[in-house]
Amino acid sequence: MEHIAIIGNGISGITAARHIRKRSNKKITVISSETDYFFSRTALMYVYMGHMKFKHTQPYENWFWKKNDITLKKGYVKQIDTAQKNLIFSNGERLYFDKLIIATGSKPNKFGWPGQDLKGVVSLYHKQDLDAIEAYAPNNSVCKRAVIVGGGLIGVELAEMLHSRHIPVTFLVREESYWNSILPSGESKMITHEIIKNGIDLRLGSNLKQINSNEDGTVKSIVIAETGEEIECNIVGLTVGVSPNIGFLKHSTIETNRGVLVNRNLETNIKDIYAIGDCAEQRIALEDRKPIEAVWYTGRIMGETVAQTICNKETLYTPGHWFNSAKFFDIEYQTYGRVNSEKYVKPNESHFHWMHPDQTKCLTFAFDKHTHTFLGINAFGIRMRHEIFNRWLDQNKTIDYVLEHLEIAHFDPEFYKTYYPEVLKKYNVETNKTLKLKSKSWSQLFTLKS
Amino acid sequence: MKTIRTLGLGLLLAVFALFINLLFMGNYKLSSATFDLYIIQNNISSEVFIKDLKNTTVDNDFSTPFYLANSIAEAVESANTYHRENKEWNQVIWAKPHSLAYKIVKSSGQGIVVQNKFLIWLLSFGLAIIGALLFMLPAIRLKGPAGIKNNHIYHSNATNRGWIAWFVFAFLILFYLVLYFRPSYMINWIYIVDPISEFLSGNPASQWFLYGFLYCVIMTLMAVRMYIKYRHNNYQILRTTSVLFFQIVFAFLIPEILVRFEKPWYDFKNAFPLDYDFFFRWNLNELLESGGFGLFILVWGIVLSLVVVPVMVYFFGKRWYCSWVCGCGGLAETLGDPYRQLSSKSLFSWKVERWLVHGVLVFALLMTGLTLYGYFSEAYEVFGIKVQTIQDIYGFLIGSIFAGVIGTGFYPIFGNRVWCRFGCPLAAYMGVIQRFKSRFRITTNGGQCISCGNCSTYCEQGIDVRAYAQKGENIIRASCVGCGICSAVCPRGVLKLENGPEQGRIGSNAVLLGNEMNLLDQLHDK
Repeated sequence: MEHIAIIGNGISGITAARHIRKRSNKKITVISSETDYFFSRTALMYVYMGHMKFKHTQPYENWFWKKNDITLKKGYVKQIDTAQKNLIFSNGERLYFDKLIIATGSKPNKFGWPGQDLKGVVSLYHKQDLDAIEAYAPNNSVCKRAVIVGGGLIGVELAEMLHSRHIPVTFLVREESYWNSILPSGESKMITHEIIKNGIDLRLGSNLKQINSNEDGTVKSIVIAETGEEIECNIVGLTVGVSPNIGFLKHSTIETNRGVLVNRNLETNIKDIYAIGDCAEQRIALEDRKPIEAVWYTGRIMGETVAQTICNKETLYTPGHWFNSAKFFDIEYQTYGRVNSEKYVKPNESHFHWMHPDQTKCLTFAFDKHTHTFLGINAFGIRMRHEIFNRWLDQNKTIDYVLEHLEIAHFDPEFYKTYYPEVLKKYNVETNKTLKLKSKSWSQLFTLKS
Repeated sequence: MKTIRTLGLGLLLAVFALFINLLFMGNYKLSSATFDLYIIQNNISSEVFIKDLKNTTVDNDFSTPFYLANSIAEAVESANTYHRENKEWNQVIWAKPHSLAYKIVKSSGQGIVVQNKFLIWLLSFGLAIIGALLFMLPAIRLKGPAGIKNNHIYHSNATNRGWIAWFVFAFLILFYLVLYFRPSYMINWIYIVDPISEFLSGNPASQWFLYGFLYCVIMTLMAVRMYIKYRHNNYQILRTTSVLFFQIVFAFLIPEILVRFEKPWYDFKNAFPLDYDFFFRWNLNELLESGGFGLFILVWGIVLSLVVVPVMVYFFGKRWYCSWVCGCGGLAETLGDPYRQLSSKSLFSWKVERWLVHGVLVFALLMTGLTLYGYFSEAYEVFGIKVQTIQDIYGFLIGSIFAGVIGTGFYPIFGNRVWCRFGCPLAAYMGVIQRFKSRFRITTNGGQCISCGNCSTYCEQGIDVRAYAQKGENIIRASCVGCGICSAVCPRGVLKLENGPEQGRIGSNAVLLGNEMNLLDQLHDK
């Protein structure tokens, strides 16, 4: 029986294992040095905040793996012997594979700051990070202040976590406004405001210079590069992005760049070895996508794709239209298609922006300024229907069409107030048009008819 | 703000101590006049019983209601034993010993509580209400801006099966045991709501009036908590208002007012088979003897169960009842809300649930079948089984123990919908319709799920919502009561409760998982 080894029990590796099992009776071994069972790392924050226990982050009950004949192995793969098709573990153990899937995910970035390896310098990625945060910041008497470096999605999650235990948080963000390399300025300002409203000491335009140490090797303080200001703290969160976790491949024959290089079939340069998820790097980036995407659902799609290929149904990785979501304190964010920040805006890209006066809800629509084709939407504080936007992007609908039909894309819970008349009114004023909102129709919503 | 909260908690604890103290207060004396009247009114012919009580109890002073109640109940039992041995069937007292004891104790109370009912009501209920509000209202400021604030639920002793939870568990179970089986032990609690009962129905309060009143007060207070917690969520606000309205108006006020006009006590929203004694002989007789109005209730009760319930479930799912109308659901969604995360999500629990809840439904239907057969054939025994015995078993096991003692008592340990999930025959009936013939579903928003598990954790019915959401499948489950909390706690906007065409209600949408590969092949595969 063919033996499929999978290194990494995150969403990519586990999805691959599940789908291979669905399609075949091959022997499957999933290897992890992090945890015994698959868990959702996006939920680690909720464990610290007391919304959930760690076991709730595990999507499958523990009997699931045995029942589905998926062997779970705890161990750290130190090296891959591609010629012998052997995995070599840190304890010297070897494991033969017929096919190998590398799904080792990411590791948090560190940029060589003095003091970056002190006790109390943490990130938020692995289960071990959660344990460290719990140890160094259990409450606000042990941890008098926390400093977070890096203004992305993980940084704001970490801020919310620490804030939930009433630990004062200083948040160093390199940009002049939160996440403004990704978000258009109106939205970036709104989220900046939301962070400050929640009592976070947000320092914009600030970089870390160094982390100072106490005598026992714990964190004492940090220094801001721009001002030289020293801030005393007990924990430092480094959330300056992630990069592929592929250090163990350094001396192998598997070709790597920043990540493991793969083709559209997710195959590496070595036959029978595949790479998926955060650690995979497309040799040629797909249209409108980066060669490495550390996103939950792309990992899942790669897992499904590679499972088909391995089960003799060669399949190309085709992630479809970009979408994503996040939450900034109390403001939910969903995006479908592409809406670029001023920094990366395309020459043909134009925006229509609506914001609710209370600054907790806003919509930004991107469209082609010549053809008026709808390109994407950023929705804050309002939930939108993935299926509908996917269809509209497929069908190259115009911005006018999209705005007129927003009711059917609405996904907020029942009885929520909708704002689409106001949105359309603003658009009509700006463009001198007289568009009218179409009422919601179930047939449009649940069939693929336009 | 924190000070106000602490003050509120202090007040609540003080009132709790007072409530417990009340149980032991007052003195009790069964006067011979009262006793003789009771004997005559209730046609008690057991000389053994009368003599026994006259010797040991009548005109004696008791310092707690417990001894008086016990001595009466013991007298009933020993008299009955004597009469049974001597086959003196006409002298046996058929009333349940502690029901009889309750009636006598109720008219034997003297002293501070009986003389100051209203004052003590103010000190107990009144201060409890103020204390609860002081404790809860500061959350508006303390818990930060509107939004999902489930912080520290799993760090708290009260909501994570810690000692507070076990204490509440034990207290609730004791409370229900006393309420159902030893009501005279809480006679002082009943005295203090006498004035309210007399105002509404003209009669002094019974233990059921106390329970109804307490139910309304607790639901109202905990609804305030819901309004604060979900002030950003209109679905939750409307739903909470609805259950509160139906509890106070339909389950509490209207039935009491009906009694004032000498009509049968009836809760117009309580549908069979949850209302399991609707077709019992005594109820049918009472309704038929109450003229046109009784007949109206009879017809409404049947139409409610056979027409209104299924039609509404078809259009809106069983949520229209379970989390918008039902009294049990109402308590679960208010008092029980802090415990919703404790329901088990395991596959094993789901198996137990399906056997148990449908088992109770079958039991209820069989019992009703026997009852009606007995009613129309005018027999007290059907197939050699006493109808009364079956009814007593159901009433004890399901009506009292499951729905009450377990149903609410288990909140702090096993979650707030134990009865609704494992025991309610009406929920089982509606569940079957919801599963196979309804427009209701929880839609999963394409590929947005990140498997975080908030939805599953906070599902009070123990549904593993995430298992569906992460596959991009809609959630169609018989047990879903449509509380909407999964949708509320989802950090990524993945879930939406909605009613829509049956077509395409169940199927998942593989394309939307962001996975457009070989679309036609995938369709072909299915």
